[in-house]
Amino acid sequence: MSIVDLTAFELRERLRSGEISSRAATETYLERIRRHDKTIHAFLRVDEQHALRQADEIDARKKRGEKIGPLAGLPVAVKDILCTKGQPTTCGSRILENFVPPYDATVVTKLKMADAVLLGKTNLDEFAMGGSTENSAYGVTRNPWDVTRIPGGSSGGSAAAVAASMAPLAIGTDTGGSIRQPAALCGVTGLKPTYGRVSRFGLVAFASSLDQIGPFGRTARDVALLLEVIAGHDERDSTSVPKPVPEYSRTIGQPLSGLKLGVVKEHFAAGLDADVESAVREALRVYESLGAKLVDISMPVSKYAVATYYIIAPCEASSNLARYDGVHYGHRTDEKAMLERLKKDAAGGGEVDSPLVRLYRDSRAEGFGPEVKRRIMLGTYALSAGYYDAYYLKALKVRRLIRQDFDRAFSQCDLIAGPVTTSAAFKLGEKVDDPLAMYLVDLYTVSANLAGLAGISIPCGLSTGGLPIGLQLQARPFDEERLLRAAHMFQQATHWHTLRPKLAA
Amino acid sequence: MPPYTTVIGLEAHVQLLTASKLFCGCATKFGAPPNTQTCPICIGMPGVLPVMNRKAFDLGLKAAVALNCKIAAFTKWDRKNYYYPDLPKGYQISQYDLPFSSEGFLEISDPKGRFETKRVGIIRVHLEEDAGKSMHDEQAGTADSKVDLNRAGVPLLEIVSKPDMRSPLEARAYLTELKLLLTYLGVSDCNMQEGSLRVDANINLHVPAPQEKGGKIATPIVEVKNMNSFRSVERALAHEAERQFEEFQRTGQRLGQVPKQTRGWDDTKDATYAQRHKEESSDYRYFPEPDLVPVAVTEAEVESVRRALRELPAQMRSRLAKTYGITAYDAEVIVNQAQPFVDFYVDLAARCGDGKLAANWVLQDVLKVLNERGIAIDKYPVSTERLAALLARVKSGDVDTGRGREVLQLMLDQGQSADEAIAQLGIAKVDAGELRKLCEELVAANPKLVADVKGGKLQAAGAFIGQAKRKNPNVDPNRVKEVCLELIQALP
Repeated sequence: MSIVDLTAFELRERLRSGEISSRAATETYLERIRRHDKTIHAFLRVDEQHALRQADEIDARKKRGEKIGPLAGLPVAVKDILCTKGQPTTCGSRILENFVPPYDATVVTKLKMADAVLLGKTNLDEFAMGGSTENSAYGVTRNPWDVTRIPGGSSGGSAAAVAASMAPLAIGTDTGGSIRQPAALCGVTGLKPTYGRVSRFGLVAFASSLDQIGPFGRTARDVALLLEVIAGHDERDSTSVPKPVPEYSRTIGQPLSGLKLGVVKEHFAAGLDADVESAVREALRVYESLGAKLVDISMPVSKYAVATYYIIAPCEASSNLARYDGVHYGHRTDEKAMLERLKKDAAGGGEVDSPLVRLYRDSRAEGFGPEVKRRIMLGTYALSAGYYDAYYLKALKVRRLIRQDFDRAFSQCDLIAGPVTTSAAFKLGEKVDDPLAMYLVDLYTVSANLAGLAGISIPCGLSTGGLPIGLQLQARPFDEERLLRAAHMFQQATHWHTLRPKLAA
Repeated sequence: MPPYTTVIGLEAHVQLLTASKLFCGCATKFGAPPNTQTCPICIGMPGVLPVMNRKAFDLGLKAAVALNCKIAAFTKWDRKNYYYPDLPKGYQISQYDLPFSSEGFLEISDPKGRFETKRVGIIRVHLEEDAGKSMHDEQAGTADSKVDLNRAGVPLLEIVSKPDMRSPLEARAYLTELKLLLTYLGVSDCNMQEGSLRVDANINLHVPAPQEKGGKIATPIVEVKNMNSFRSVERALAHEAERQFEEFQRTGQRLGQVPKQTRGWDDTKDATYAQRHKEESSDYRYFPEPDLVPVAVTEAEVESVRRALRELPAQMRSRLAKTYGITAYDAEVIVNQAQPFVDFYVDLAARCGDGKLAANWVLQDVLKVLNERGIAIDKYPVSTERLAALLARVKSGDVDTGRGREVLQLMLDQGQSADEAIAQLGIAKVDAGELRKLCEELVAANPKLVADVKGGKLQAAGAFIGQAKRKNPNVDPNRVKEVCLELIQALP
């Protein structure tokens, strides 16, 4: 059995026992990346020297008998939207092409403190805006199961890295489904924690009230291991909640007796692919066979979730992305050429911008991709005087109703189970010209973000075309422990999470 | 009286006296080299988050309670979005529809009685962060503009008054009282030169018009900016009222007929000038700041802030007047010098046991030196203990007021005690027999003066004082005059 076939949990055991050195593990994964990432393009940057130095240091400390952190030399890939001190953080955008933050995100600090080895930064939709990783300014990421297909997004790079065994663990972010959806489409396990469970400090904001950082792994236990390292209150993030962090990886093996799983009837309405429906229904039967009780529930407001999300997220984004103006850092248009253009415009008569306004316009026009521009425009429009009440305020009210829907549902059940996506991975380019169709990939995932809940995606089958299908479990806020135990129960009874794509050599 | 009523509302921005900024740990000290008091948070780098400075909130709370405001049980932060190079995030964190306090008032009065004591309503008091400072190239196109972000994120309290002031004098009194209150509370140093107090004014006129509904016509409201002292606020508003009346007579324009105008005040030209209209009406796209949690304030917290409030200037004035028997005017002048001066006065009055005497000396002699030397009371060279010793000698009649001033001058210049200075000046009480002998000599030596006085020119007797002082500087001038007149009248 090769190192890359081990789960993170298993690899950690061998790293701890000394059977495998951190250097050996890191080298194996780096080699794997060298071999496959030209095709997959999960990574935007791999810092081999840095990773190996870190691995050696951990090995040396271990040899000296020093205490080693809980991740004990495990390689981890990080989505390129978390700031890494002294290393470029692009967010998949031209506008931050040369941006090097002078600080680490809190999650990155925690990974380092836990003695994880940081392999590199993974690809994503620009500023996490998208569901296919096709919106990256640095090229698409391909689905390891079928390289003509998308890996999902926006954390497509992280999901693909784990799926292609180029990293045992990865960090992603989920604003409307950006961890769960690519996890489903790549056949890995991905968890979106409760809003406030993980510090957002150093996570470049897309939609602040929805963004959460979360773990990817092969199994629920791997994900639990990573979550317990990154979770917790951070005084640098006021929205992080000061609640103790359970030892998820320790309690995960305890089965849940009398588990009540809510099944939302609206999740099985028109639009759901037959393969996905049958895989999810089969997964529900597995749970029944494990003693769980299925409870039919209804979430009538959930049909407005996507519309609500596409008001709130762009509104916050339009403000969050205002700082990329070419003045203080990031991409700035060629000023000489800009002034020439301005002169030419003035010669043509009519009103022209001031040089400052033109600097803003040109820097942003050149730096942002079309989807980011679309969302900035949507958000700016929805927040404008005269529209605010009809859009933003209304969306906030619906958001509250969605939360009430969940509160009602959770009075009848412990967890909600259902599909993650309407279908398995689609073809690259299939939806790029249809933004609205692209927005619907978030159909089953956005409401957890709007309500601030925890959710997990676990592999539950393959489509007739052999593509992975995910099962989503959603839990009450801060009920990650139950979520992980339920996911683990399923993985103990099924083999879907053990399937790996066959990659061309 | 002008043929109209002036209506003024003021909007003040006050920098809070915190060591660090509103949402990060950077220092707020004035005058540091550009961009040395910054961090990734206040310069708006990607991924960073604001964390509220509780001290700033508490100072704001204290000010709002002292301004008799209602404190909101629940308050939140909002983003005010606009693009400008000195606003690195592209939005300012402020408070929009749920300010932490509202509906208060500040009482103003004039000891000279030029206006009736009144309450100026406070619409709202809220917290926000300051922007940075842009330094523009004076000759456009020859150099780049520069941005200093030391000020970005510094905590500000915005205090918006109702349009309750009816004259530039009232506006000035409001600002004076506001500054006094905030400095007493330690909320702000309100230093206008350093920008820790900034004032914008809204002003228009109500012109009597019996034929109109309401009996008056309101002129368009103008916002006046760029006033950098209380004096310039008063002058700018006086000028603006006259300008508006002149314009009204010429154009007849009323409120609502023209867009709101912003005018700047030019101190050197003594005039307001129209500032360029913004190209489009500003739309700040306010929405709740998702990076910060709302702040809840309980009744009990407000009550404990209220209980902990120290004596406010208005209460202090009436206490001083009552306790020390001084006039309302004197109490006002003392209190308006701020707390350390009041402490000095109270200590001096207690030591010398005569509040009126202490007030006279403090307001004339001490204040004069402070003004001349441009120093604060804590730098005044003579201690209350030493000054009280001098006042005791004045009170006992050992030293008259005039000689007492000489003594004080010596104490100031050479650091002596009152007794040492009195000794050095050779001041000794002249007894009655000695004085009489001196006066007899003077009368005998000045037949012409005696004749003048006898002839009815009583003021000629003043000349005896000067001569007597030359012979013995310790003589009491009034006594010299009295005795000389008495001797002359006794002459045949």
